Amino acid sequence: MALDNGAKPEAVHDSTLVSKAPSNQVLLVLRLVAFFATAAATIVMALNKETKTIVVATIGSTPINATLTAKFQDTPAFVFFVIANGMASLHNLLMVVVEIWGHKFDYKGLRLAMIAVLDMMTVALASGGDGAATFMAELGKKGNSHARWNKICDKFGTFCDHGAGAIISSFVGLLLLVLITALSIGRLVKPRPATLSPV
Amino acid sequence: MTKAKISLVLRLLAVGSTAAAIAIMVTSHETAKVLNLSFDAKYSYTSAFVYFVIAEGIAGGYSLVSLLLSCKPVFWRLVMMMDVVIAMLLSSSISAAVAIGEVGKKGNSHAGWLPICGQVPKFCDQLTGALIAGFVAAAIYLVLLLCSLRSLFALKP
Repeated sequence: MALDNGAKPEAVHDSTLVSKAPSNQVLLVLRLVAFFATAAATIVMALNKETKTIVVATIGSTPINATLTAKFQDTPAFVFFVIANGMASLHNLLMVVVEIWGHKFDYKGLRLAMIAVLDMMTVALASGGDGAATFMAELGKKGNSHARWNKICDKFGTFCDHGAGAIISSFVGLLLLVLITALSIGRLVKPRPATLSPV
Repeated sequence: MTKAKISLVLRLLAVGSTAAAIAIMVTSHETAKVLNLSFDAKYSYTSAFVYFVIAEGIAGGYSLVSLLLSCKPVFWRLVMMMDVVIAMLLSSSISAAVAIGEVGKKGNSHAGWLPICGQVPKFCDQLTGALIAGFVAAAIYLVLLLCSLRSLFALKP
């Protein structure tokens, strides 16, 4: 009756036993890794800055230098990337905290549903940030000859490398977030007869 | 049954808006001559717009398929998971297209990129229309996700 799957009995009258179910532990580990991935992406992109002094022209024998700085705030796409990944890592942190300590809080039995909804929203947000940053990085790396936009990665190599690292880390986080969302939804749709109390 | 009808209507709307986005973007083409330089603007010159068209195509195709699948209630878990994936695809494609479109409209002084909307205004207007349709499609899918989740609450007594 209370066993929807013979291998893992979830005794729902004892809330501590619920948190020991294997799928919950897997979810927790995935959320931790996703938190680190998105936090790393946020931090690496937020600290992404490169200053370079280039010789612009030479008058006689004195070269004229211009100092150019490439920072992430120059492009709204990267700003959105930082904000989206920041919010995704905050969401992951919050969910980790709720998983470990929040089993006693339950608002009308909707806790798991709220978690699933928030997971879906975070997936949409993080994927938006990733898409924008990827194509902006591709534009910076290859330029666009039709629009007469020059590439900038040959001058600011470190900026491009750090940006690429942040984007890759964010993709890892996004993949994990999709997996986490699938698991949350899976957790949601399994009917647990013991918790279905008349509201 | 009204929840199933809402979901069907939303999917139909999604098919319509993705088809509109693809049609408007694919037919956008403009040539301008500025100071003896021929300026040719087409959506396929930018990989972000090509990705946008492909993603909208996939989403439109999936919406059609899920219209048929959602009549059979046995597939609803698969449909829900695929809804999340397609919403993610739509969200990333519209963000990428808007990011590149913003560079085209305002340029980027730090990188030395000049805006191109001054030379090809009709192209830019059509792009704006396609992006609005794509944004509507993404919003419809987000609402669809919420509706699917809400229909799960009906399982609880």
